[in-house]
Amino acid sequence: MHRFLLMLLLVALALPGAARAENPVLMMATTTSTDDTGLLDVLQPAFAADTGIDLRWTGVGTGKALELGKNCDVDVLLVHAPGAEKAFVEAGHGVNRVQLMYNDFVIVGPAADPAQVKGLSVRDALAKFAQTSTPFCSRGDDSGTHKKELGLWKEAGMAVPEKEAWYIQTGQGMLPTINVASEKGAYTLTDRGTFIKYEASHNGNPPMVILVEGDGALFNQYSGIAVNPEKCPNAKYDLAMKYIEWMASPATQKLIGEFSLMGKPLFVPNAGK
Amino acid sequence: MDFILDGFITAFHLLLSGNEETWSAVYATVYVSTLAILLTVLMGAPLGFLLGYCTFPGKRAVRLVVDTLLSFPTVVIGLIVYGLISRNGPLGDMGLLFTLQGIALGQVLLGLPVVIAMVANAVENADKRLQFTLLTLGADKAQQLAATLWEVRYHVMLATVAAYGRIVSEVGIAMMVGGNIKWHTRTITTAIALETGKGQFAMGVALGMVLMVVAFGVNISVSGLRRRAGR
Repeated sequence: MHRFLLMLLLVALALPGAARAENPVLMMATTTSTDDTGLLDVLQPAFAADTGIDLRWTGVGTGKALELGKNCDVDVLLVHAPGAEKAFVEAGHGVNRVQLMYNDFVIVGPAADPAQVKGLSVRDALAKFAQTSTPFCSRGDDSGTHKKELGLWKEAGMAVPEKEAWYIQTGQGMLPTINVASEKGAYTLTDRGTFIKYEASHNGNPPMVILVEGDGALFNQYSGIAVNPEKCPNAKYDLAMKYIEWMASPATQKLIGEFSLMGKPLFVPNAGK
Repeated sequence: MDFILDGFITAFHLLLSGNEETWSAVYATVYVSTLAILLTVLMGAPLGFLLGYCTFPGKRAVRLVVDTLLSFPTVVIGLIVYGLISRNGPLGDMGLLFTLQGIALGQVLLGLPVVIAMVANAVENADKRLQFTLLTLGADKAQQLAATLWEVRYHVMLATVAAYGRIVSEVGIAMMVGGNIKWHTRTITTAIALETGKGQFAMGVALGMVLMVVAFGVNISVSGLRRRAGR
C-alpha cells in the first residue's frame, strides 16, 4: 500500500517535467523594470501565440543580467545600460544588440520636497542633496538604474557619496528601493515605467512624487542582446534572434507603445531608430 | 497594521477563487519540497544509520562536520549549487539552472544534515540489545539497517518534519537557483519576497498564510501516518 502511494507520488512528480518539454524554452535575463511593471506579462502570451516559444525570464538588475549572459546561463537579454552593454558585446559575450524602446529616468521624493529640488536640473538637485545631507536612496545593486545614477554623480562633478550617512544603498530592485525611500523620507532615482507602476499600486495618490524630470541626461534606452553562440554553444541563438526580431517588429512595437497604466504609457518603442 | 487583516482576507480569496498565480506558486512549492524531502530521507536515513551504527576512524570528525552543516546558511548553499549547475559549471549539461529540480537539489543539501544528524543520534541511542537480537536472528546487513530504522521510525519522522520545515520555508536557494520565474520556478517564499519588495504587503501576508496552510497540512498528514504506524 505504502509502496503504491510512493509510486503514485513519484509519477505525479515526474509528469510536469514531461508535459512541459513540448515547446522550445527561451531563457531571458531582464531588468527589474520590465518585470515589475508587468510589460512582459502582456508581451509573453503574444510571443507564445506568434512563435510557439516558451519565454521564461528572471528579473534581476542589468549588472546581474549581463553576468548571467557571460556565464551562458541565459539565451537573451533585455537590459538598459548602454555603456555596459557595448562593453559586453565588444568583449564577445553578446551579439546583435538592438535598440527596442526607451523611457526616461526621474528623481522622485516626498511630496513635501524637504530639499526643495522641484524643477531643478539633475546636477543642481544632486548638489542640493549633498549640501543639505538629505537622505538619498541608491539601488546599489549594479543595475542599469544604479549605473545611471553613478554616471549622474560623475556628470555633476561630484564623487559618489559612498560613505555619507545620508546616502542609503538598498541593494534591491526598483520598487523595493522606492518603498525604502518612501519609508525614510528620502529621494531616489527611478525609471518612469516603474514609477507609474508604483503610482498605480497607490491608486494614483502615492506618498512619493516626481520632482526632477525632462533633463536630457535622464534618457533611458532598453535593448535586446543575444548571447554569443560561439562563446556559449548551449545558448539557443536561433530562439534569441527570433525574440529580438519579434520585439522589433511593427506589431510588437505597437503593443509596447500601447502598454499603459492609469492612462500613462510606460515605454516608447524605438526599434530601428 | 491593516495589511495583516487584509492579508487574511486576501489569502482566503486567493485560495478559494482558484487564483492561477497563487496555485502555480503553491504547486511549485509542493513539488519542490516533496521531491527534496523524498530524496533527503532516502539518502539521509541510510547515511544517518551508518553514521550512528558503525564505528570507523574519523567518525567523530564526520559527526562534527554533519553537526556544523546543520547551520549551513541557505544563501551559501544557493551559491554553491548555482556554481555547480550553471551552464559553465561541472553539472551545466544537465540544464538544471532555473528549474524546480535545481531548487530541489539545493534543498536536499539543506535537509540532508538534519536527517543524517537526527537519525544518527537516534540509532546511537537505540536499545543496544536490538543489534544482538538481530544478529542472533540471523539478519543480514540490509535487514539490520531496515529493522533498526524501523525501531527508530518516530525519530526518522521527526527528522523528516524538521528537514521539511527548513526546506519548505527556504527562500535563498529558491531565489538564486530558481530565478523566481513566473509560472515555473516562483515558489510561495520567492513570491512573498517579490510582493513584499513591491510593497504589496497584504499579498505577502496572504501568501504567507498559504504557505503556513501547506506546511500545516503536511505536518498533520505526517502525524496521521505516525498514529497509524503506532497502532
